[in-house]
Amino acid sequence: MQIKKQSKHYDAVIVGSGAGGGMAAYTLAKAGLKVCILEAGAMYDPQQNITQLKNPWESPRRGASTKFRPFGDFDACYYGWDVEGEPYTKAPGTEWDWWRARMLGGRTNHWGRISLRFGPKDFKRRSIDGLGDDWPIGYDDVKPFYDRVDKLIGIFGTNEGLENDPDGFFLPPPKPRLHELFIKKGAAISGVKIIPSRLSILTKKINDDRGVCFFCGQCNRNCSMAKADFSSTNVLIYPALATGNIDIIPNAMAREVLTNEEGLATGVSYINKDDMMEYQVTGRTVILAASACESSRLLLNSKSKRHPNGLANSSDVVGRYLHDSTGASMGGVLPQLFDRKRYNEDGVGGMHIYSPWWLDNKKLDFPRGYHIEYWGGMSQPAYGFGGGIEGLNGKFAVRGTQKEAGGYGKSLKEDYRYFYGASVGMAGRGEAIPLYDNRCEIDPNVVDRYGIPVLKFNVKWSEHEILQAKHMKETFDEMMHNMGAIVTWGGDYNKANNYGLESPGKIIHEAGTARMGSDPKTSALNKYNQAHDCKNLFVVDGAAFTSQADKNITWTILALSMRASEYIMSEMKKQNL
Amino acid sequence: MNRRETLKLLGVGAISGTALVGSSKAQVPVQKEQEDPVFNYDRAKEELAREKQLIAQGNFFTKEEMATITILADIIIPKDEVSGSASDAKVPDFIDFIVRDMPQHQVPMRGGLRWVDMQCLKRFGKPFRECTEKQQIELVDLIAFPNKAPKELSQGVSFFNRLRNLVASGFYTSEIGVEDLGYKGNTPNQWNGVPDEVLKQYNLSYTKKELKECIKFD
Repeated sequence: MQIKKQSKHYDAVIVGSGAGGGMAAYTLAKAGLKVCILEAGAMYDPQQNITQLKNPWESPRRGASTKFRPFGDFDACYYGWDVEGEPYTKAPGTEWDWWRARMLGGRTNHWGRISLRFGPKDFKRRSIDGLGDDWPIGYDDVKPFYDRVDKLIGIFGTNEGLENDPDGFFLPPPKPRLHELFIKKGAAISGVKIIPSRLSILTKKINDDRGVCFFCGQCNRNCSMAKADFSSTNVLIYPALATGNIDIIPNAMAREVLTNEEGLATGVSYINKDDMMEYQVTGRTVILAASACESSRLLLNSKSKRHPNGLANSSDVVGRYLHDSTGASMGGVLPQLFDRKRYNEDGVGGMHIYSPWWLDNKKLDFPRGYHIEYWGGMSQPAYGFGGGIEGLNGKFAVRGTQKEAGGYGKSLKEDYRYFYGASVGMAGRGEAIPLYDNRCEIDPNVVDRYGIPVLKFNVKWSEHEILQAKHMKETFDEMMHNMGAIVTWGGDYNKANNYGLESPGKIIHEAGTARMGSDPKTSALNKYNQAHDCKNLFVVDGAAFTSQADKNITWTILALSMRASEYIMSEMKKQNL
Repeated sequence: MNRRETLKLLGVGAISGTALVGSSKAQVPVQKEQEDPVFNYDRAKEELAREKQLIAQGNFFTKEEMATITILADIIIPKDEVSGSASDAKVPDFIDFIVRDMPQHQVPMRGGLRWVDMQCLKRFGKPFRECTEKQQIELVDLIAFPNKAPKELSQGVSFFNRLRNLVASGFYTSEIGVEDLGYKGNTPNQWNGVPDEVLKQYNLSYTKKELKECIKFD
């Protein structure tokens, strides 16, 4: 077997093309640097690969999910929970669900566009509650980059002057939908704060390259038509490709970061999934953005004389402190909305309102907060429509007639129409405490189809997260009651089922596995996402996070990747790299 | 199309029903010409390979099973003053595809159809598809209402719940079904908030803050 070495030497070799990799590629290429992106999945162009505005009948499975598209047949993300030939393992008695997008742009092609800045407290949690660790940076360090990401990418929302949910540069949000007005009512009675959501969707034009939202509610299909939502492909990679400074190598599964005698990174070796040949590409810097766990796997698999415990891992923290957002949810129906008038309420692809964390943990039995996301209303029918009607049509009178549950025929058709559009649901997304023992490491016995050793996960929720989920569920129950809704699922929570707390990994906000810190003995990266042990190696995805707040992490990944990329350029100018 | 016409089209009317329930012939899947599926929306490479394989498999259900599914589907969703029937919306074809796509449906569906036939055989001496409409409804009435169904028919109730769900999935995601529901979206528009008359109906209004801050279109 022969290893093919590319002759071209790049300023940066970037592994991964999602939020972190896309932003690094964009920032560096726009400044004139030569960049190579290695992407483990297929090429994908939202302008060519279209699922937007398709009708359910155009899919033979009517939008149902498959292994290739776990979020549905029109969802824009390739792969997810189960990637062919790429297994992972778990320590006995532990759970971890690992989402892996395999395509250019990664999961940004389908994500929820919930774009929340961290607040000042989110960087200093240990100082507040004594748990976990403080970041080596604070809000003021990141604020200028959040501001620039807001303006570059575009986001709607409102300035509310909240201490830990900072203001930004927001486009106008859309008005709440009908069910959202009922949620507001219920929340007000329960004392839950509701504000307009903050999504990276353009409600107004911000430049000539992108259009504006036309309210089809399909951001998860990626906005092929108007480029009005943020995806790494539409907003960063394809615009940056126009500079001519980027080469993309798709279907390139990174095997190892290569290092020299001095322990510096020289490039990346990878297998091309198309021809199954081994390749090497070299660069002045190596930037990992393969997703928290993949980047850590790559570091752990990059052992050398100078880095015997894996690259950037003299501290032994790589793979540790793995944590996901907590999640619990509940759904039901709003009887007020039975038999409702029909009109188009697709709106943007996601909620128009949300609840930032509104309570003081000093008065609660768990640390850290959560935000609440909402949904409901008259959405496009898809596989699963009307499922379990027998649980509804015997419970509520239909147009004044009490029926027997189940049934068939004309009467049943009336029921489907009657209940359509009356659903409502909510989900909490909270902050977990990163723990030293919650980790992924290299499984000593298992390799993937490319011969690359795979990750073995060992993650357990602590009492903190379980109690947080309990609070979520109790809050949801109360809000549902206060808005007049009847709970139809998610109401069965108790100690035995961890109060409905989703298994870790399920919320797809994994972070912390190569965390930044001031002390090289207890962290892998410094405050510029630069490896303590290898100065020309950077990690710009969720792995760098010391903690992840009760905020979805994408906006912070983007801001930190932009910041790290500018640091790289300044260090290059100073001849330090 | 009514159920009898559907049967005629399928070529499995009463005259072909000499076998009691199953036959060796009945186990042979309907063979379709193999052709590459056409998609007007994005398919990744490995995904397309699987789609081709699903199509190439040919029908999962036998002619007789399809006939039974068609009758049951049209009992669940018949034509009414608003819209057509399940078979008008090609729901049986959808069901055949979805059981290939989701193998977890295969045993419960095949077994459930056989359960129905065996019940009919015991009660009426014929498989379901050959029973009179009255007999068919008599059987359906026994399993379509979970809370009052006889306990000993619980397997039939489970089957009917599953079938009802699949029929609803297939029908309300068809062009006919989406129109029936009155779903108005999936088209470029400008969201200007809940229509005034609807706000009025529910005695709701937007706050001054919302009216000031939110995007509006004239």
